[in-house]
Amino acid sequence: MSTVEADTAAPEVPRPPSGMSDRARKARKALSNPWASTLAVIIAILWTIPTVGLLVTSFRPELDVRQSGWWTVFGDALAGEGVFSLQNYETALFDGSTDLATYFVNSFVVTLPAVFIPIVIALLAAYGFAWIDFRGRDFLFVAIFALQIVPIQITLVPLLSAYVDMGINGTFWTIWLSHSIFALPLAIFLLHNFMKDIPRSLVEAARMDGAGHVQVFFRVVLPLLTPALAAFGIFQFLWVWNDLLVALIMGNPDTFPLTVRVAELAGSRGGDWHVLSAGAFIAMIVPLIVFLSLQRYFVRGLLAGAVKG
Amino acid sequence: MTIRMASKRRAIAVAATGASLALVLAACADTDDGGGGEDEATGASAIDCSVFEEFGDLEGTEVSVYTTIVEPEAETQTASYVPFEDCTGVTINYEGSREMEAQLPVRVQAGSPPDIAILPQPGLLQTLVRDYDAVLPAPEQVEANVDEFWAPEWKEYGTVDGTFYAAPLGSNVKSYVWYSPSMFEEAGYEVPQTWDEMMELTATIAEGNEGAARPWCAGVESGDATGWPGTDWIEDVVLRSAGPDVYDQWYTHEIPFNDPQIVEAFDTAGDILKNPDYVNGGLGGVDSIATATWTDAGYPILDQNCWMHRAANFYQTQWPEGTEVSPDGDVYAFYLPAIEGDEKPTLVAGEFIGAFTDRPEVQAFQTYLSSDAWANAKAEETPAGGWVSANNGLDPELLATDFDRLSAEILADPATVARFDASDLMPAAVGTDSFWNGMTEWFASDETSQQVTDKIEDSWPSK
Amino acid sequence: MEWLLHAGDDPGHKIMLMFIAIVLFVALMGLILFVVDRPRNPSRWFVGFGFVGAALVLLTLGLLYPAVRTIGNSFMNRNSTEYVGLDNYVRAFTEPQFLIVLGNTALWVLVAPLVATFFGLAYAYLVDKSRFESVAKGLVFLPMAISMVGASIIWKFVYEFKPVGVEQTGLLNQFIVWLGGEPQQFLISAPLNTFLIMVVFIWIQAGFAMTLLSASIKAIPDDITEAARLDGVSGLGMFWRITIPSIRPALVVVLTTIAMTTLKTFDIVRTMTAGQFDTSIVALEFYDQQFRQGESGLSAALAVLLFVIVIPVIVYNVRQMRISEEVR
Repeated sequence: MSTVEADTAAPEVPRPPSGMSDRARKARKALSNPWASTLAVIIAILWTIPTVGLLVTSFRPELDVRQSGWWTVFGDALAGEGVFSLQNYETALFDGSTDLATYFVNSFVVTLPAVFIPIVIALLAAYGFAWIDFRGRDFLFVAIFALQIVPIQITLVPLLSAYVDMGINGTFWTIWLSHSIFALPLAIFLLHNFMKDIPRSLVEAARMDGAGHVQVFFRVVLPLLTPALAAFGIFQFLWVWNDLLVALIMGNPDTFPLTVRVAELAGSRGGDWHVLSAGAFIAMIVPLIVFLSLQRYFVRGLLAGAVKG
Repeated sequence: MTIRMASKRRAIAVAATGASLALVLAACADTDDGGGGEDEATGASAIDCSVFEEFGDLEGTEVSVYTTIVEPEAETQTASYVPFEDCTGVTINYEGSREMEAQLPVRVQAGSPPDIAILPQPGLLQTLVRDYDAVLPAPEQVEANVDEFWAPEWKEYGTVDGTFYAAPLGSNVKSYVWYSPSMFEEAGYEVPQTWDEMMELTATIAEGNEGAARPWCAGVESGDATGWPGTDWIEDVVLRSAGPDVYDQWYTHEIPFNDPQIVEAFDTAGDILKNPDYVNGGLGGVDSIATATWTDAGYPILDQNCWMHRAANFYQTQWPEGTEVSPDGDVYAFYLPAIEGDEKPTLVAGEFIGAFTDRPEVQAFQTYLSSDAWANAKAEETPAGGWVSANNGLDPELLATDFDRLSAEILADPATVARFDASDLMPAAVGTDSFWNGMTEWFASDETSQQVTDKIEDSWPSK
Repeated sequence: MEWLLHAGDDPGHKIMLMFIAIVLFVALMGLILFVVDRPRNPSRWFVGFGFVGAALVLLTLGLLYPAVRTIGNSFMNRNSTEYVGLDNYVRAFTEPQFLIVLGNTALWVLVAPLVATFFGLAYAYLVDKSRFESVAKGLVFLPMAISMVGASIIWKFVYEFKPVGVEQTGLLNQFIVWLGGEPQQFLISAPLNTFLIMVVFIWIQAGFAMTLLSASIKAIPDDITEAARLDGVSGLGMFWRITIPSIRPALVVVLTTIAMTTLKTFDIVRTMTAGQFDTSIVALEFYDQQFRQGESGLSAALAVLLFVIVIPVIVYNVRQMRISEEVR
């Protein structure tokens, strides 16, 4: 794929002018003035410092955390007296009645369907709202968009009652279903926006050729939405992975994900929060991997050359 | 016991659990054969299994418990259920969540309540009874246990509108002042026995203020419950300056919240807490009380920046690992003295057991939790200490630390006049809202005691 | 049936259930699409419903019904047993603290989305196509991977106060001390504290804005940038004249989404100050009334109020959609 290449700033590869390798790199140079780079570095540092603080904290003994700032460890380490310990991680990882692996399994079992299902439903709906001209379409779309403001908390009692009536409460099914419902308004809204960026002529050309909506959806629209899907997929993954509310209300101890465990680390009276720093890092690793690995679907120029305007 | 204290908590906890578990297993094995069990009560956690016979054969049944108690305290909770599980063959499904108080009403309304909930305060019980009509009255066996093992006040806290619902479980003693015995000894100070002595000592210490050091330290920050440690301070003083009768009228709103006697109590507390020469050792000025985390607020004692810190018995578990809690160690606590008279006004709190179903195994478990057998089993399963109960069947010798025994002593002392934490008994709009906020405003702004109490009075629900 | 519902604590069983769920779901959606695709000349409504039907059904049951119920509850008493008319709304607007709460909420919804989007956009644009793009974006994305409560705890550390004479543990106060100033109690002085709490939200949401805007910057057709370059546009001019107009719809979407999130987010304020020191916002009041005070009527009224606040945002979006529809 010629498109990935712009990302990687690989050695010069000769390309026909329709590609973007050479000129894209020239463009880059024009932009890289020192001010821009400085600004980027400043933002990166500002955004990273608190996280670094958390990371350093997670390796410090409880009393040190409360008595001196985390930045002092650098000076102490130079003086050869820095104290690092794995105690917090040990507590976070092994100090529970249930094995941590169980929570990881639960997190995965909860998350994968709760990402896949709403994305598929939202993709279809977004396509419907963007490209099928049926009656009441605009009204329905605005209504769904407005539903984003509904706080999840007000839905808990009605949903849980329904699950109890159906006899499926406390199972993974209710958790998947709940997450799917809560994700839909935003998913439809975002994907619809990306979907509308696809040039009308592209879809219409395919329709002229006699393709039904289902074919257009799979053959034309879906491939063009890769970056949008990656972007939304990352967030849906993150939200489900980090969810505590739905997990606690809809689940039971057999389905509890990692967040439940991490939340417990603060202790009954909230006094053990130094352990939280370690727990937070353990819980962060997976979303970060997902983010970095989905990055490569953030590709440029999928539309290049496919259509004019 | 002292050896336990000094050595590593975790290893001992495991070992102790294992040991008593083995004993219990042995005891119950005997019981199964002999059908009796009274004679085997020699082992550490052996309990009398025959008590549960009247509930029928419970083998294989399950009881779900929902609570705010999470790790590491959850371990000692579940361990204390083992004798019951061994006796009856019931499996206890334990679920702890710090969000339990918010989520229990949701589950109740949705029709999937747990069998039993350990309610951290009577206010929640009242809400569940009055708003959702969800809690079932306590079975007669539980009521009999409570009549036998608990003082009538405690039964009263588990009673709503004349019906007894919830037996008390653990208890907290809140009227403590933490201090450093070694610092006191070095400086030649004595533990004050009266309020006046305490104020004199405070003045003496304040003369030597240096840098950030002050006689007292305090902190009321506690996440979304910020303010509660401040309400405890006020309650302790009301109990001392105005007396238990006024205290009762105060939380039942027979007198208004801004009654002159209450305002006076605020001012008495303010003599310490709003005096920049007396607070806030190692933590800043008066306003820093509003933002200092309650879990760390006593730590300046360890740095010798603070001399006294008023906090409940469970603050014992907040000290950093390696701190020696003993009458001649790094830290210990003395009883917050009375202002006058020989009585010992004491602020207490505790958890309660609410049941939402009435299957025999649930009632059997409720009966167990309200018994002396549970209290003793729990004491044995808490080798690191930090737990006590006002259950008078509790054998103080089984408690892990000197300090826990001191708490048990205070609870059992005939001179003790115990009153439950008033903010837990007031309507939620006051007890978990305006009273908390009022305290932080009192510390963080220039508002007078009168202004703060007026505002809280305004927020009292009219119904 | 039992096997399909409850996996107990057997990990293998759980994973099986997960795959079964996905397969069942794919089969169901496949069936729907198959049926939609069958007729030679289906009505548009039939096809349309085939595509959006699943979403509509789920949303009606899962969100619309509870929302309508909440509107109903807002006219009822604390445990929804009695009709009380507009009492809850009157209460919401007469509670002494409430003007502050409304003011804070307005401040949040005006400031937080703009600033978060600004940083996200600037950063996405600056690191676009750079050598370290992936890692650089990872750094700003990190805060998103921390829960809101976790993030709030981190920032509480940053703002922590220790008096003169005691070693500072909060980074911000340490800086002030290094510069020769007096340590400050940041979280108790309004209105500064509201902005400092907003920083936490912005710190988190900038990653969201960056990710979506980055995807959208990459979707700008090269022909456009190329043409602009041939016209001699570069640097900031490129940013303002080419990038911004090209991703305008995405910007509106990101701003809107963050604004909605702003209105709903309560855990940050709850963790940082519990709404004290004049920092409370409507979402937190709603949560407190519902879950701590058990005031279902009043909390429902507050939830409805959230909805009212968001109406201008919706109207703006509808107009934007109309405009882009005309352009298309």
